[in-house]
Amino acid sequence: MTTLPRWADVVLVPLICLLIAFAFCGLLIWFIGQSPVEALKIMVSGSLGSTYGFGYTLYYATNFMFTGLAVSIAFQASLSNIGGEGQATLGGLGVALSCLLIPWPHWSLALMGSIVASMAFGAAWALIPAWLQAKRGSHIVITTMMFNFIAFAMMNYILVNLLRPLGSMDPASARFDKAFNLPKLGDILGLIGIPFSSKNPANISLLVALAVAVLVWALMWHTRLGYALRAFGKSEKAAIYAGISPVRITLYALMLSGGLSGMMAVNAVQGEAHRLLLNSVEGAGFIGIAVALMGRNHPFGIVLASVLFGFLYQGGAQLALGTSIPREVITVLQALVILFTGALPYMVQRPLEKLFARRAA
Amino acid sequence: MMELASFLQILDSTIRLATPLLLACLAGLFSERAGVFDIGLEGKMLVAAFMAASVSFATGSVWIGTLAGIGASLVFAGIHGVASITFRGNQLISGVAINFLASGLTVVLGSSWFGLGGQTPVLSGGMRFAEQPIMDVLGLPANPWVNLIFGHSVLVYVALLMVPGTAWLLYRTRFGLRLRAVGENPAAVDTAGVSVVRMRFAAIAIAGVLCGLAGAYMSMSLSAGFLKEMTAGRGFIALAALIFAKWRPWYCLMACALFGLLDAVAIRFQSIDVGLFVIPVQFTQALPYILTVIILAGFVGKAIPPRAGGEPYVKER
Repeated sequence: MTTLPRWADVVLVPLICLLIAFAFCGLLIWFIGQSPVEALKIMVSGSLGSTYGFGYTLYYATNFMFTGLAVSIAFQASLSNIGGEGQATLGGLGVALSCLLIPWPHWSLALMGSIVASMAFGAAWALIPAWLQAKRGSHIVITTMMFNFIAFAMMNYILVNLLRPLGSMDPASARFDKAFNLPKLGDILGLIGIPFSSKNPANISLLVALAVAVLVWALMWHTRLGYALRAFGKSEKAAIYAGISPVRITLYALMLSGGLSGMMAVNAVQGEAHRLLLNSVEGAGFIGIAVALMGRNHPFGIVLASVLFGFLYQGGAQLALGTSIPREVITVLQALVILFTGALPYMVQRPLEKLFARRAA
Repeated sequence: MMELASFLQILDSTIRLATPLLLACLAGLFSERAGVFDIGLEGKMLVAAFMAASVSFATGSVWIGTLAGIGASLVFAGIHGVASITFRGNQLISGVAINFLASGLTVVLGSSWFGLGGQTPVLSGGMRFAEQPIMDVLGLPANPWVNLIFGHSVLVYVALLMVPGTAWLLYRTRFGLRLRAVGENPAAVDTAGVSVVRMRFAAIAIAGVLCGLAGAYMSMSLSAGFLKEMTAGRGFIALAALIFAKWRPWYCLMACALFGLLDAVAIRFQSIDVGLFVIPVQFTQALPYILTVIILAGFVGKAIPPRAGGEPYVKER
């Protein structure tokens, strides 16, 4: 436990971790003979400088909101679900089946269908590791990790052998009906008179993600189930003593988590690609871990952290276009954020605690 | 009926493909037996493969390259150690971070050093491990049977010797006893006056060296240079093999041989027709993970990890 004031723990610690990560990346860019200041300028102008670039930032942020919220729910119950990647892959399958098999009369119904299907598929993929953890005691981290690989192999098989249209070479499903394309964020904002580019993939899923963030907040802090999840996460023994079933909580937590990971596909598959691709998740499942850690497991923090990572992602793509700095610099940054906020929090917390203790004395 | 020649070829590539798995698997064995979970095997292999190939290309010596690979892997092991032992952080999260760090750093440094989009130039001659050093020295004739047994790079034999070596170190020496004890009941080891922190760091360092060898083998023997993301999940397969072997050295050899065989079969045959139905290649590729989940679930024997695994040790005051 920390003795830091709450604001310092919630705001200062993640910020310092982020600054350290940025400093390391700056050094790395300097080390490969490029200018860190110039790189930062390109990233900012490319991702925030125009509504076109900002749309991309928000599109990526939407993905990370879903996966970040997913990871955080499991974290709250002190379960590490690192299977977001696989669950989102399965969510994509759900979206594709819903859009390809059901002749929805309107995009809004198709959206509803996709949400339900993606949640169901994602939750189902999390259910097996959850059951194994709850009933057989197999470690959730290992099983969810194995399930990521199994999901990828399975998706490969399904796309190549079952969903690929005749005569097509690339492992992808047929395109969805154009009528199911989701409204672009630019068009929605245009309705209320805000000029915003619609040449980017940002779409109505962003609003879905924000609504989900509010729902997760309400669930975690204002319902019985949320209380049970958090109690179980704080102390398993106390929770059992209070009559909370560990098996049921583990199943609920991971199915919710898997369902939210799966929902990412609504944005990426129905909103952007309009068909199911082999690697539609593109690492967003793992970024969810960084986002949840950075956002301190709170939906508000997660939304902010998602936008931050959306900025990094879009900025990284711009870097690769405009300079000879590869976009993998962002992978390094992401790794450092995970390292400092997730594995080394005490390194930042302890000196801060001392500082605050001295000031108080 | 499968022909003998292709059968021998599959065995031959099984040995090649199982070697990096075996080295990484034994690395994980040391680390996890000492109570430190290590899902960063993949990252350590990757960074070692990259540094080994880069330095070997720069110096023209495969041996200096190997040392550089081991060095890089040790640095990453050190980060994992500082995070999970010194600062008592979450060992799993630290492992995830290490994997990302390796996958990002190798590409960033690689593209700036060589300008080839993340890969190193093709290695040749003395920059790679000799393909058949034993046959060359002994002057053996080339035929499939001789090739199968004597025709491999030196690291293949190093990896194989590591198995009895590990078993001996773990079960027959004082160091091994302490190492296992640190993974089961660190408080008892501490009471006996042995430093838990030092033991765990020693275990992590051994794991670093072994991952370094695995990486060096991948970029300088299995292929001729480093390719972006070339480990391609082998670190995780090694981890799966470790669980499959229930954290025991000889079983690690068998598990890695099995997973290497699956890999060799998947590369050689795309899909296998068994008459009644066809086994798709994707199933063969996913089989190591599926088997591991089944073993973890305890349906076929139970895989019980070292008891203190994943928990940082806090000294009593």
